[in-house]
Amino acid sequence: MSSHILSWIIFAPLIGAAAVLLMPKSKTSWIRWCALLTTLIVFGLTCYALSMFQGSRAGFQMLEKAAWIPQFNVQYLVGTDGISFPMVFLTALISLLACMGSLAHIRVKEGREKEYYFLFLLLETGMMGTFLALDLFLFYIFWEVVLVPMYFLIGIWGGPRREYAAIKFFLYTLAGSLFMLLGILAVYFAASPHTFSMIDLVKMPRDFFFQKIVFLAFFLGFAIKVPIFPFHTWLPDAHVEAPTPISVILAGVLLKMGTYGFLRFSYPLFPEAAVWFQPAMGVLAVIGIVYGGFVALAQTDFKKMVAYSSVSHMGFVLLGLAAMNANGFRGALLQMFNHGTITGGLFLLVGVLYDRAHTRDLNDFGGLGAKMPGYAGILTFFSLASLGLPGLSGFISEFLTLLGSYQYSKVMTATATIGIILAAAYLLYMIQRVLLGQLNPKWTGLTDINWQEVITLAPLMVFILALGIYPNLILDYMIPTLDGLLKILGGAVR
Amino acid sequence: MVTSDQIILVPLLPFIAFAVNLLAGRWLKHRAAWLSVAASTIACFIAIPVCWAVFQGNHFANQGTWLMLGQTPLKFGYVMDPLSSSLLFMVTIVGTLIQIYAMGYMHGDPRYSRFFAYVSLFMSAMLTLSISDNYLLFFMSWEIMGLCSYLLIGFYFEKDSAAKAGFKAFLTTRVGDVGFLIGFLTLFSAIGTLNFSEMNALMANAHHAGAPLHAGLLSLAALLIFCGTIGKSAQFPLHVWLPDAMEGPTPVSALIHAATMVAAGVFLVARSFSLFMIVPNVLPVVTVIGTITAFMAAFIALTQTDIKRILAYSTISQLGYMVTALGLSGLGAGTFHLITHAFFKALLFMAAGSVIHGTHVQDIREMGGLFKKMPHTATTFIIASLALAGIPPLSGFWSKDEILLSAFASGHKIVFMILLLTAFMTAFYMFRLIFLTFFGQPRNLKVHAHESPAVMTAPLWALAFGSIVIGFPGSPFMHHWFQKFMAHMVHHPEYEPSAFVMACSVAAAVCGISLAGVIYLKKIRWAQKTAETFSFLYRLSLNKCYFDELYSRCIVKPFQSLGRFLFGFDARIVDGAVNGTGHATLFISAVKGWIDKYIVDGLVNFTGTLTHFLNSIVKRLQTGFVQNYLLIVFIGILVFLVWELKII
Repeated sequence: MSSHILSWIIFAPLIGAAAVLLMPKSKTSWIRWCALLTTLIVFGLTCYALSMFQGSRAGFQMLEKAAWIPQFNVQYLVGTDGISFPMVFLTALISLLACMGSLAHIRVKEGREKEYYFLFLLLETGMMGTFLALDLFLFYIFWEVVLVPMYFLIGIWGGPRREYAAIKFFLYTLAGSLFMLLGILAVYFAASPHTFSMIDLVKMPRDFFFQKIVFLAFFLGFAIKVPIFPFHTWLPDAHVEAPTPISVILAGVLLKMGTYGFLRFSYPLFPEAAVWFQPAMGVLAVIGIVYGGFVALAQTDFKKMVAYSSVSHMGFVLLGLAAMNANGFRGALLQMFNHGTITGGLFLLVGVLYDRAHTRDLNDFGGLGAKMPGYAGILTFFSLASLGLPGLSGFISEFLTLLGSYQYSKVMTATATIGIILAAAYLLYMIQRVLLGQLNPKWTGLTDINWQEVITLAPLMVFILALGIYPNLILDYMIPTLDGLLKILGGAVR
Repeated sequence: MVTSDQIILVPLLPFIAFAVNLLAGRWLKHRAAWLSVAASTIACFIAIPVCWAVFQGNHFANQGTWLMLGQTPLKFGYVMDPLSSSLLFMVTIVGTLIQIYAMGYMHGDPRYSRFFAYVSLFMSAMLTLSISDNYLLFFMSWEIMGLCSYLLIGFYFEKDSAAKAGFKAFLTTRVGDVGFLIGFLTLFSAIGTLNFSEMNALMANAHHAGAPLHAGLLSLAALLIFCGTIGKSAQFPLHVWLPDAMEGPTPVSALIHAATMVAAGVFLVARSFSLFMIVPNVLPVVTVIGTITAFMAAFIALTQTDIKRILAYSTISQLGYMVTALGLSGLGAGTFHLITHAFFKALLFMAAGSVIHGTHVQDIREMGGLFKKMPHTATTFIIASLALAGIPPLSGFWSKDEILLSAFASGHKIVFMILLLTAFMTAFYMFRLIFLTFFGQPRNLKVHAHESPAVMTAPLWALAFGSIVIGFPGSPFMHHWFQKFMAHMVHHPEYEPSAFVMACSVAAAVCGISLAGVIYLKKIRWAQKTAETFSFLYRLSLNKCYFDELYSRCIVKPFQSLGRFLFGFDARIVDGAVNGTGHATLFISAVKGWIDKYIVDGLVNFTGTLTHFLNSIVKRLQTGFVQNYLLIVFIGILVFLVWELKII
């Protein structure tokens, strides 16, 4: 098993999904436990893989290779390195917690658990495959596999405008990924011999003009996923309509697929083009940071506020990527992980409140701090992490990103820091409206957060605190790979 | 024997107290306070011997790698030099006394353990900041102090004003903090280190070599770092948060908003002093900001009526003094005033808290004649006020004199005059407060004052003792030991004591006190008359120079509007484009559908219909009668013949 550990990680959820399908529809508790067990096993497998992962090595590890469609030289090629492994770990963690969250949330629609958990587990396979595939064709397949379950999960279990949001999400992402498919085919046909294998493709030189065109094609696919301004408007709609656990996955994992794509494919395949597009990426990042922050400040819907804060925070990832130096890359990859844990937690907390109050209107709350002290403490914790309080993980990734981007452009960095002030403003403003002040008499009946919800949030808090105090816990795994990538881009590690 | 590495326990112990109180506070109840006080006391006993060793001329430091910045390891560690040991000495003593006092003050509060948890976290951060040896660790603890300040200002969060004050404090200081952050990023890009000692060494080298490295970049770095001071030490123009911060419990005002955290901004400049000394044009900015702050805050304090707000403005004013001193290259003077001020200002707040505790009012117009009812509180308050006003031989006199001396001897006569005027105003507003509060007749008969318990008055006396003696190390009696001690840090100019400056200082204080005494004990009508005569100045002072109104109109409202505007832009334009594309696609599909239905398919159907139509005509010929067919053949042949033979 140990030699095929990555395949097990990818396909274990699929096996679980098949098991769910075989169960009778009425046995909802079986289905639930089966799904939970599956995500738990996947998490266990990921931890096992972690024990074998050699953090000091730069190249791909745990490679698995098999011919798949030999006529077109399509391979089943999976492997991991310091860039993808943190994402795999994040996926396993977020999926597990989202599944735990689902146990409480999805009971609303009785009788459709079977479809829900089937799609949920299918989604996990898609995400894992996306992060582990090293063959462009295989990557594309997994990338699209993610879309389908997501479409149904939003479209069936979502809020009042779920169909609109689901279709918007699906079509928007699909439109982007079609450009990416064209790019993949262009890379394939330009390579001699024709191949989809990243390991071979990285070694081949490409014409500068060709790089620029294909970089753009990939960019569209990834930018919509991140999402980068101005391709972000599907995100608030999808988040607001999606059920809580799906929001968590969306923010925690799916957004990272976009920035992961830059690190894994765009940068190594088109290094000269990446350098050429560096200013554009930087400007878009800064716009995203400041714009997202301002729009978040204007929100009255709790969930929409968190969604726009995601636009702002993912802007920091992009800023780090645009910096193209050691600190920028480290900050960006760390921010990808931290944003997953922090924003995932915030969405869970929005769900906790929504389940009780059935509204997300920030102006409607007030004074819940006295009524729900446990909830207040945890919400404050996640908000502080999100606004970049030192000692919690969000700070260190933003700091590294800013340090990196400072080496690249002072003006961009200075502008980006407006986003830090805005983050404090919209998050504390939210806390003020929800937790502080007089208790609205409407909410005297609300109960505090329960142990089940706390268990879902606690692991995230552990990661946020641990990485905030000692970020090397995870940076050590990332640094060799990122430094290797930097060498491909022609930069020295400074 | 104390080894220097034990100093790590000093911030660690309060942190443990914080963690335990936070997680187990529900069960600890009133024992939470004992835990916090014990942690702080032990930290104090660990810290003082180490500080003492530093006072003897030792120097300790140690560090370990925390993070890799590129290929440069970022090391976190502690440094025990004159600067950090002075601050550590003050913070551990004052912090412990305030916590003991808080046990009495907060008694019976439903969130008692939570209070002590936050205070312990604050102590931990403040102590980390004191001994940290690099900018990043400094910044991290700086921000955590900001968080504690936020949490404690909004401690009574059911009150809207408290919640808003916390929000305001966090956000206002964050503006400065972001400047600080970019400041040390700039510094890092200029000199490649964030470590204080390494920076000092580099600056010393540059000083000896003559030309500083990257002068422009370093000036920028120094200015941006100073932004942090402006925010945290409530300097003009970011001072607006500190008066509102008085919404927090009074021990918090004493600890965070008088003695320690707000002084951290001054400490930051002192820490970066080698940098500030070497770059041109930054110290004058520091001086100007400090002087404006000192004067403006004292001016506002003249007319305030809330006992805590008067003290808050006084704090801003005194912080302005310290900043001015640093701007005039007076590292010794600035830090000296920082230490002495911490003692007597903490005492003032605690005594004010005792008054509030005993009377349940905060407006000095409702007090009066409290001296007899609260003798301990009143006596200690007066001692602290005398120290603040600068009456010899109390501590405030020596440190204020040092600052005035820096201004005078360095030739900044205007600054000297303004500071002197400020000293006069300081003496005036403090004794206005004292005479209205403790002397005269009780003005509100509903107020039933009583003296506070011993757990509160004992710390008052301890601090009163400190306020008297803490100035001696910097006085001529001890040959200006403190200033010489500080001179080990960075080379900076020292001035000969001047009898003229001392005389001016004492005269200003005595005039202020006397004037307050005349007006508020004998001729209360004069106050009203003055207010009517100079009504513009009076309203300016009473309304805090209209800063809140100005900021609300010029910054807060535009920001909110911009947020709403961008949201509208997002919904209509950006998302409109997306939906527009969707609608356009649907429209094109509809058109194509129409074309398909009526033109493409129409053509197909037309062909069919035509065929059918023709068929319907043609089929009539197919009658099945042979004679009809023969007739058609015959006609056909006939036509053919006519055509071919051209008969017609």
